[in-house]
Amino acid sequence: MARLKTPVGPDDHAQGPVDAPVTLVEYGDYECPHCGHAYPIVKALQQEFGNALRFVFRNFPLREMHPHAEAAAEAAEFAATHERFWEMHDAIFENQRRLSESTLVELGKRYGLDGNALRSALAGGAFAERVAHDFSGGVRSGVNGTPTFFLNGMRHDGDFEQETLAGAIRAAMHAEKSTRSGT
Amino acid sequence: MSHILAPGTPAPDFTLPVTPDQKLSLSELRGQPVVLAFYPADWSPVCGDQMALYNEIMPEFRRFNAEVLGISVDGVWCHAAFAHDRKLHFPLLADFEPKGAVARVYGAYREADGITERALFVIDKAGIIRWSYCSPVAVNPGADGILEALEQLPQ
Repeated sequence: MARLKTPVGPDDHAQGPVDAPVTLVEYGDYECPHCGHAYPIVKALQQEFGNALRFVFRNFPLREMHPHAEAAAEAAEFAATHERFWEMHDAIFENQRRLSESTLVELGKRYGLDGNALRSALAGGAFAERVAHDFSGGVRSGVNGTPTFFLNGMRHDGDFEQETLAGAIRAAMHAEKSTRSGT
Repeated sequence: MSHILAPGTPAPDFTLPVTPDQKLSLSELRGQPVVLAFYPADWSPVCGDQMALYNEIMPEFRRFNAEVLGISVDGVWCHAAFAHDRKLHFPLLADFEPKGAVARVYGAYREADGITERALFVIDKAGIIRWSYCSPVAVNPGADGILEALEQLPQ
C-alpha cells in the first residue's frame, strides 16, 4: 500500500491540532472537479471530527489537463506568505468554474492581497518551485490522481464520499489509539 | 489476478500499431529504459487516470531517458481520440488484433473480462524486465513504484 514519503511538517498548510490522532492529507488540484466535489466533504469531516482531525492540503496541479491549476496553486501559496492560505484555498474552490488570472487577483483582493504583487508573482513563477516540490513528493508517495487522500500516512484507496472517508478516519483513529496506549 | 512476468525475465519483443499507419517494436527501444504500462481501457471517467498521470510526470521519466508506452486492447482510432483528448505526450499501443496477444505473453490479460490488467513493467536498456507490478484493476497504481525502479537501474 502506498505511503506518504514526505512527512507533514512546519512548511505544510494545516488546520487542526498538531497532536490530533488523525492527519488527513489531500493532494489536490484547484481546477479538478473531483477536488471541487471533495471540498465541502472535507469541511464536513472537519466539523464532525473537530480537534481529532488535522487537515493538510498539498498541491498536485494536473497542468496538461487543467490550464489554470498551476496558477491557482501558486496564488494560494502567494496568499500563504501573507497568512491567507486557507481563505484563498476556500475562495478558489468556491470559484472553481471561473478560474483565470483575473479571478485569482480579484479573490486575493478580498483578503487584502496586493493584485500587482500577485500578478508579478504568477508571471515570475515565484511559487512554482514550492508547488513542484509538493507535486514531486506526491508522485513519490503514490498519488494516483486528484484528489488523493492519505490518512496517517497511508493512501486511502476508497472513494471520497463523506461516509467512506468518515469510516476510514474512525478506523485510523482506532488504530492510532491502540498504538498510543501500547496495546 | 494473473501471474505477470517477473524481474530478470527478458522482455518478450512485440510489434504493435502505435498510430493508424505506424507500428512500434519493443526492440527498437533497446538502449534506453522502457516503462510498459498495461491498463484496462481508454476513457476511464476520472481526472488524472493512469495515463493522464504519467503524462503529467513525463519530465520525471525523461530524467531517466525512459520511454513510456501505454498498452491496452483498444484499437488505434480509439487510442488516437483518447490521446488527443488527454493531450498525451507518449505512445499508446493497440493490443487489438489478435486481441490481447501481447498482454497474454506478459501474463497481463484478464481472460474473463477481455481487458488487460493494470500491470507495470520497467525494462532496462538491455531489454530485461527489472521490475513488475500488478495492481488491483480498480486501483490506479500511481508512479512511485516505477520511479523507484528507474532509480535502481544501473546507469
